[in-house]
Amino acid sequence: MTPPRPAPDPVQVVKQRRDAALAALVDGVPYIGFLGIRFDRRGDELTALLPFDAKLIGNPDLPAIHGGVTAAFLEVAAIVELSWTLLWEELEQGRIDPAHLRPETLPRLPKTIGFTTDYLRSGLPRDAYARARVARSGRRFASVRVEAWQDNRDRPFAHAMGHFLMPGS
Amino acid sequence: MSDPAALHDQDFVNRLPHCRALGMVLERMAAGRACISMPWDARLVGDPRSGVIHGGAISALMDTCGGAAVMSLPGLRGSATIDLRIDYMRPATPGQRITARAECYHVTRSVAFIRAVATDGDAEHPVASATGAFAIERAGGGDEKPDAPDTRGGAE
Repeated sequence: MTPPRPAPDPVQVVKQRRDAALAALVDGVPYIGFLGIRFDRRGDELTALLPFDAKLIGNPDLPAIHGGVTAAFLEVAAIVELSWTLLWEELEQGRIDPAHLRPETLPRLPKTIGFTTDYLRSGLPRDAYARARVARSGRRFASVRVEAWQDNRDRPFAHAMGHFLMPGS
Repeated sequence: MSDPAALHDQDFVNRLPHCRALGMVLERMAAGRACISMPWDARLVGDPRSGVIHGGAISALMDTCGGAAVMSLPGLRGSATIDLRIDYMRPATPGQRITARAECYHVTRSVAFIRAVATDGDAEHPVASATGAFAIERAGGGDEKPDAPDTRGGAE
Protein backbone atom coordinates (compact mmCIF):
# COMPACT_ATOMS: atom_id res chain seq x y z
CA MET A 1 0.00 0.00 0.00
CA THR A 2 1.34 3.42 -0.94
CA PRO A 3 1.66 5.99 1.81
CA PRO A 4 -0.88 8.84 1.68
CA ARG A 5 0.19 11.75 -0.51
CA PRO A 6 1.12 14.94 1.35
CA ALA A 7 -1.52 17.66 1.01
CA PRO A 8 -0.70 20.17 -1.72
CA ASP A 9 0.40 23.64 -0.61
CA PRO A 10 -2.48 26.12 -0.24
CA VAL A 11 -3.01 28.16 -3.42
CA GLN A 12 -1.84 31.40 -1.80
CA VAL A 13 1.45 29.81 -0.76
CA VAL A 14 2.03 28.53 -4.29
CA LYS A 15 1.21 31.93 -5.81
CA GLN A 16 3.42 33.77 -3.37
CA ARG A 17 6.34 31.47 -4.10
CA ARG A 18 6.01 31.91 -7.87
CA ASP A 19 5.46 35.67 -7.70
CA ALA A 20 8.47 36.08 -5.41
CA ALA A 21 10.67 34.17 -7.86
CA LEU A 22 9.44 36.25 -10.81
CA ALA A 23 9.97 39.49 -8.89
CA ALA A 24 13.53 38.49 -7.99
CA LEU A 25 14.19 37.82 -11.67
CA VAL A 26 12.71 41.08 -12.98
CA ASP A 27 13.31 43.63 -10.21
CA GLY A 28 17.05 43.09 -10.18
CA VAL A 29 17.52 44.39 -13.73
CA PRO A 30 17.80 48.20 -13.87
CA TYR A 31 17.11 48.42 -17.62
CA ILE A 32 13.73 46.65 -17.22
CA GLY A 33 12.79 49.36 -14.71
CA PHE A 34 14.15 52.12 -16.96
CA LEU A 35 11.81 51.08 -19.78
CA GLY A 36 8.97 50.45 -17.27
CA ILE A 37 8.40 46.84 -18.36
CA ARG A 38 6.26 44.66 -16.08
CA PHE A 39 5.28 41.00 -16.23
CA ASP A 40 1.85 39.49 -15.81
CA ARG A 41 1.87 35.82 -14.74
CA ARG A 42 -0.87 33.23 -15.26
CA GLY A 43 0.49 29.87 -14.09
CA ASP A 44 3.76 29.55 -15.95
CA GLU A 45 2.67 31.88 -18.79
CA LEU A 46 4.19 35.35 -18.81
CA THR A 47 3.00 38.42 -20.68
CA ALA A 48 5.37 41.37 -20.82
CA LEU A 49 3.74 44.82 -20.52
CA LEU A 50 5.28 48.04 -21.78
CA PRO A 51 3.13 50.95 -20.53
CA PHE A 52 3.38 53.89 -22.91
CA ASP A 53 5.66 56.70 -21.81
CA ALA A 54 6.82 59.84 -23.63
CA LYS A 55 10.48 58.84 -23.33
CA LEU A 56 9.84 55.74 -25.47
CA ILE A 57 8.99 57.83 -28.54
CA GLY A 58 11.32 57.70 -31.52
CA ASN A 59 9.57 59.78 -34.14
CA PRO A 60 7.75 62.68 -32.46
CA ASP A 61 5.87 63.61 -35.67
CA LEU A 62 3.83 60.40 -35.94
CA PRO A 63 4.35 59.83 -32.92
CA ALA A 64 5.73 56.27 -32.86
CA ILE A 65 7.60 54.12 -30.35
CA HIS A 66 11.34 54.07 -31.10
CA GLY A 67 12.35 51.00 -33.10
CA GLY A 68 15.14 50.41 -30.60
CA VAL A 69 12.60 50.36 -27.76
CA THR A 70 10.56 47.78 -29.65
CA ALA A 71 13.65 45.60 -30.13
CA ALA A 72 14.62 46.09 -26.48
CA PHE A 73 11.12 45.19 -25.27
CA LEU A 74 11.18 41.99 -27.33
CA GLU A 75 14.68 41.11 -26.10
CA VAL A 76 13.73 41.67 -22.45
CA ALA A 77 10.59 39.54 -22.92
CA ALA A 78 12.67 36.76 -24.53
CA ILE A 79 15.40 36.71 -21.85
CA VAL A 80 12.91 36.80 -18.96
CA GLU A 81 10.84 34.01 -20.55
CA LEU A 82 13.95 31.85 -21.01
CA SER A 83 15.22 32.53 -17.47
CA TRP A 84 11.73 31.95 -16.07
CA THR A 85 11.49 28.58 -17.83
CA LEU A 86 14.80 27.54 -16.24
CA LEU A 87 13.78 28.92 -12.85
CA TRP A 88 10.32 27.33 -12.94
CA GLU A 89 11.74 23.80 -13.02
CA GLU A 90 14.02 24.49 -10.06
CA LEU A 91 11.22 26.15 -8.15
CA GLU A 92 8.55 23.51 -8.71
CA GLN A 93 10.92 20.70 -7.80
CA GLY A 94 11.88 22.47 -4.61
CA ARG A 95 15.54 22.93 -5.54
CA ILE A 96 15.28 26.71 -5.06
CA ASP A 97 13.90 28.32 -1.94
CA PRO A 98 12.11 31.50 -3.04
CA ALA A 99 12.39 32.93 0.49
CA HIS A 100 16.09 33.38 -0.15
CA LEU A 101 15.83 34.51 -3.76
CA ARG A 102 17.45 37.86 -4.28
CA PRO A 103 18.66 39.34 -7.56
CA GLU A 104 22.21 38.57 -6.46
CA THR A 105 21.47 34.94 -5.55
CA LEU A 106 19.54 34.09 -8.71
CA PRO A 107 21.03 31.78 -11.30
CA ARG A 108 22.96 33.82 -13.90
CA LEU A 109 21.05 35.16 -16.90
CA PRO A 110 21.40 33.79 -20.43
CA LYS A 111 23.50 35.96 -22.77
CA THR A 112 22.21 37.16 -26.13
CA ILE A 113 24.22 35.88 -29.10
CA GLY A 114 22.05 37.28 -31.88
CA PHE A 115 18.70 39.00 -32.05
CA THR A 116 16.67 39.74 -35.18
CA THR A 117 13.67 42.04 -35.08
CA ASP A 118 11.11 42.36 -37.87
CA TYR A 119 9.01 45.50 -37.79
CA LEU A 120 5.52 44.82 -39.09
CA ARG A 121 3.71 48.03 -38.18
CA SER A 122 4.42 51.33 -36.57
CA GLY A 123 4.49 51.16 -32.75
CA LEU A 124 1.62 53.42 -31.65
CA PRO A 125 1.75 55.70 -28.60
CA ARG A 126 -0.13 53.10 -26.54
CA ASP A 127 0.69 50.23 -24.18
CA ALA A 128 2.37 47.22 -25.79
CA TYR A 129 2.36 43.54 -24.85
CA ALA A 130 4.66 40.65 -25.72
CA ARG A 131 4.78 36.91 -25.27
CA ALA A 132 7.80 34.74 -25.90
CA ARG A 133 8.12 31.03 -26.55
CA VAL A 134 11.27 28.98 -26.06
CA ALA A 135 11.65 27.23 -29.42
CA ARG A 136 14.63 25.18 -28.31
CA SER A 137 16.43 24.90 -25.01
CA GLY A 138 19.67 22.95 -24.94
CA ARG A 139 22.60 22.65 -22.59
CA ARG A 140 24.62 25.43 -24.24
CA PHE A 141 22.22 27.26 -26.55
CA ALA A 142 18.58 28.29 -26.55
CA SER A 143 16.39 29.91 -29.20
CA VAL A 144 13.39 32.05 -28.37
CA ARG A 145 10.62 33.46 -30.56
CA VAL A 146 8.76 36.54 -29.35
CA GLU A 147 5.87 38.62 -30.63
CA ALA A 148 4.55 42.03 -29.60
CA TRP A 149 1.16 43.61 -30.18
CA GLN A 150 -0.85 46.61 -29.02
CA ASP A 151 -4.61 47.02 -29.34
CA ASN A 152 -5.23 43.87 -31.34
CA ARG A 153 -3.68 40.49 -30.53
CA ASP A 154 -4.01 39.38 -34.14
CA ARG A 155 -2.09 42.38 -35.49
CA PRO A 156 1.44 42.11 -34.06
CA PHE A 157 3.55 45.24 -34.64
CA ALA A 158 6.86 43.38 -34.34
CA HIS A 159 8.28 39.94 -33.83
CA ALA A 160 11.78 38.67 -33.21
CA MET A 161 13.95 35.58 -32.91
CA GLY A 162 16.87 35.42 -30.52
CA HIS A 163 19.66 32.93 -29.87
CA PHE A 164 21.13 32.78 -26.38
CA LEU A 165 24.11 31.29 -24.62
CA MET A 166 22.95 29.40 -21.55
CA PRO A 167 24.30 30.47 -18.17
CA GLY A 168 27.31 28.50 -17.03
CA SER A 169 28.32 27.34 -20.52
CA MET B 1 30.26 80.57 -36.00
CA SER B 2 27.76 77.75 -36.00
CA ASP B 3 27.54 75.39 -38.93
CA PRO B 4 23.87 75.12 -40.01
CA ALA B 5 24.39 71.57 -41.31
CA ALA B 6 25.91 70.42 -38.01
CA LEU B 7 23.05 72.04 -36.15
CA HIS B 8 20.57 70.13 -38.26
CA ASP B 9 22.50 66.93 -37.54
CA GLN B 10 22.42 67.36 -33.78
CA ASP B 11 18.69 67.99 -34.10
CA PHE B 12 18.33 64.55 -35.62
CA VAL B 13 19.08 62.99 -32.24
CA ASN B 14 17.71 65.73 -30.00
CA ARG B 15 14.31 65.58 -31.65
CA LEU B 16 13.88 61.91 -30.72
CA PRO B 17 12.76 61.66 -27.07
CA HIS B 18 14.14 58.16 -26.53
CA CYS B 19 17.56 59.17 -27.86
CA ARG B 20 17.59 62.10 -25.45
CA ALA B 21 16.65 59.72 -22.61
CA LEU B 22 19.67 57.56 -23.49
CA GLY B 23 21.99 60.58 -23.74
CA MET B 24 22.94 59.89 -27.36
CA VAL B 25 25.35 62.29 -29.06
CA LEU B 26 25.52 62.50 -32.83
CA GLU B 27 29.20 62.65 -33.78
CA ARG B 28 28.84 62.63 -37.58
CA MET B 29 26.16 62.18 -40.20
CA ALA B 30 26.88 62.60 -43.91
CA ALA B 31 26.77 60.83 -47.28
CA GLY B 32 25.22 57.59 -46.07
CA ARG B 33 27.33 57.27 -42.93
CA ALA B 34 26.67 58.10 -39.30
CA CYS B 35 28.41 57.88 -35.95
CA ILE B 36 26.48 58.15 -32.67
CA SER B 37 27.77 57.57 -29.13
CA MET B 38 26.05 56.87 -25.83
CA PRO B 39 27.43 57.03 -22.27
CA TRP B 40 27.41 54.03 -19.91
CA ASP B 41 24.56 54.57 -17.46
CA ALA B 42 23.61 52.54 -14.37
CA ARG B 43 19.93 52.71 -15.42
CA LEU B 44 20.71 50.74 -18.59
CA VAL B 45 22.38 47.78 -16.88
CA GLY B 46 21.01 44.40 -17.96
CA ASP B 47 23.07 42.15 -15.70
CA PRO B 48 23.24 43.62 -12.20
CA ARG B 49 26.09 41.32 -11.16
CA SER B 50 28.45 42.41 -13.94
CA GLY B 51 27.18 45.96 -14.59
CA VAL B 52 27.03 45.24 -18.33
CA ILE B 53 24.56 47.35 -20.33
CA HIS B 54 21.47 45.52 -21.63
CA GLY B 55 21.50 44.47 -25.29
CA GLY B 56 18.28 46.40 -25.76
CA ALA B 57 20.05 49.72 -25.20
CA ILE B 58 22.60 48.71 -27.85
CA SER B 59 19.65 47.93 -30.16
CA ALA B 60 18.32 51.46 -29.68
CA LEU B 61 21.76 52.89 -30.47
CA MET B 62 22.19 50.68 -33.57
CA ASP B 63 18.68 51.44 -34.86
CA THR B 64 19.18 55.18 -34.41
CA CYS B 65 22.61 55.11 -36.03
CA GLY B 66 21.35 53.04 -38.98
CA GLY B 67 18.44 55.45 -39.40
CA ALA B 68 20.81 58.43 -39.28
CA ALA B 69 23.04 56.89 -41.99
CA VAL B 70 19.96 56.39 -44.16
CA MET B 71 18.58 59.89 -43.53
CA SER B 72 21.95 61.44 -44.40
CA LEU B 73 21.35 60.38 -48.01
CA PRO B 74 20.16 63.26 -50.17
CA GLY B 75 16.49 63.72 -51.07
CA LEU B 76 14.86 61.60 -48.37
CA ARG B 77 11.80 62.67 -46.42
CA GLY B 78 11.54 59.76 -44.02
CA SER B 79 12.60 56.21 -43.20
CA ALA B 80 11.37 53.33 -41.06
CA THR B 81 13.11 50.16 -39.93
CA ILE B 82 11.95 47.00 -41.70
CA ASP B 83 14.33 44.64 -39.93
CA LEU B 84 17.39 44.81 -37.73
CA ARG B 85 19.70 41.95 -36.85
CA ILE B 86 22.25 42.38 -34.08
CA ASP B 87 25.08 40.02 -33.14
CA TYR B 88 26.65 40.47 -29.73
CA MET B 89 30.33 39.60 -29.82
CA ARG B 90 31.27 40.43 -26.25
CA PRO B 91 29.90 42.30 -23.22
CA ALA B 92 30.53 46.06 -23.32
CA THR B 93 32.91 47.09 -20.54
CA PRO B 94 30.99 48.78 -17.69
CA GLY B 95 31.71 52.49 -17.37
CA GLN B 96 32.83 52.95 -20.98
CA ARG B 97 31.09 55.00 -23.65
CA ILE B 98 29.63 53.01 -26.56
CA THR B 99 30.05 54.30 -30.10
CA ALA B 100 28.12 53.03 -33.12
CA ARG B 101 29.17 53.57 -36.73
CA ALA B 102 26.74 52.78 -39.52
CA GLU B 103 27.04 52.87 -43.28
CA CYS B 104 24.39 52.58 -45.89
CA TYR B 105 25.91 50.12 -48.39
CA HIS B 106 23.08 49.86 -50.89
CA VAL B 107 19.98 51.86 -51.77
CA THR B 108 17.10 51.02 -54.05
CA ARG B 109 14.09 53.18 -54.87
CA SER B 110 12.31 52.12 -51.69
CA VAL B 111 14.80 50.32 -49.44
CA ALA B 112 18.15 51.26 -47.87
CA PHE B 113 20.49 48.57 -46.51
CA ILE B 114 22.85 49.34 -43.65
CA ARG B 115 25.54 47.66 -41.59
CA ALA B 116 26.81 48.94 -38.28
CA VAL B 117 29.43 48.21 -35.63
CA ALA B 118 29.44 49.20 -31.95
CA THR B 119 32.63 49.58 -29.93
CA ASP B 120 33.57 50.60 -26.39
CA GLY B 121 36.99 51.83 -25.23
CA ASP B 122 38.67 48.92 -27.04
CA ALA B 123 37.94 49.89 -30.65
CA GLU B 124 39.89 46.88 -31.98
CA HIS B 125 37.35 44.41 -30.63
CA PRO B 126 33.74 45.38 -31.46
CA VAL B 127 31.00 44.81 -28.91
CA ALA B 128 28.27 44.19 -31.48
CA SER B 129 27.54 44.33 -35.18
CA ALA B 130 24.26 44.86 -36.97
CA THR B 131 22.65 44.73 -40.38
CA GLY B 132 19.33 46.28 -41.24
CA ALA B 133 16.89 47.26 -43.96
CA PHE B 134 14.98 50.54 -43.89
CA ALA B 135 11.96 51.58 -45.91
CA ILE B 136 12.62 55.01 -47.37
CA GLU B 137 10.33 57.76 -48.52
CA ARG B 138 11.74 60.14 -51.09
CA ALA B 139 11.08 63.85 -50.94
CA GLY B 140 8.54 65.09 -53.52
CA GLY B 141 7.80 61.45 -54.21
CA GLY B 142 4.64 62.08 -56.28
CA ASP B 143 6.32 61.01 -59.51
CA GLU B 144 8.58 58.45 -57.86
CA LYS B 145 5.81 56.07 -56.79
CA PRO B 146 7.71 54.12 -54.10
CA ASP B 147 6.37 50.69 -53.13
CA ALA B 148 4.21 52.21 -50.41
CA PRO B 149 6.17 51.49 -47.25
CA ASP B 150 2.94 52.64 -45.53
CA THR B 151 2.87 52.48 -41.76
CA ARG B 152 5.72 50.06 -41.18
CA GLY B 153 8.61 50.49 -38.99
CA GLY B 154 10.22 51.59 -35.88
CA ALA B 155 12.31 54.58 -35.20
CA GLU B 156 12.67 57.26 -37.75
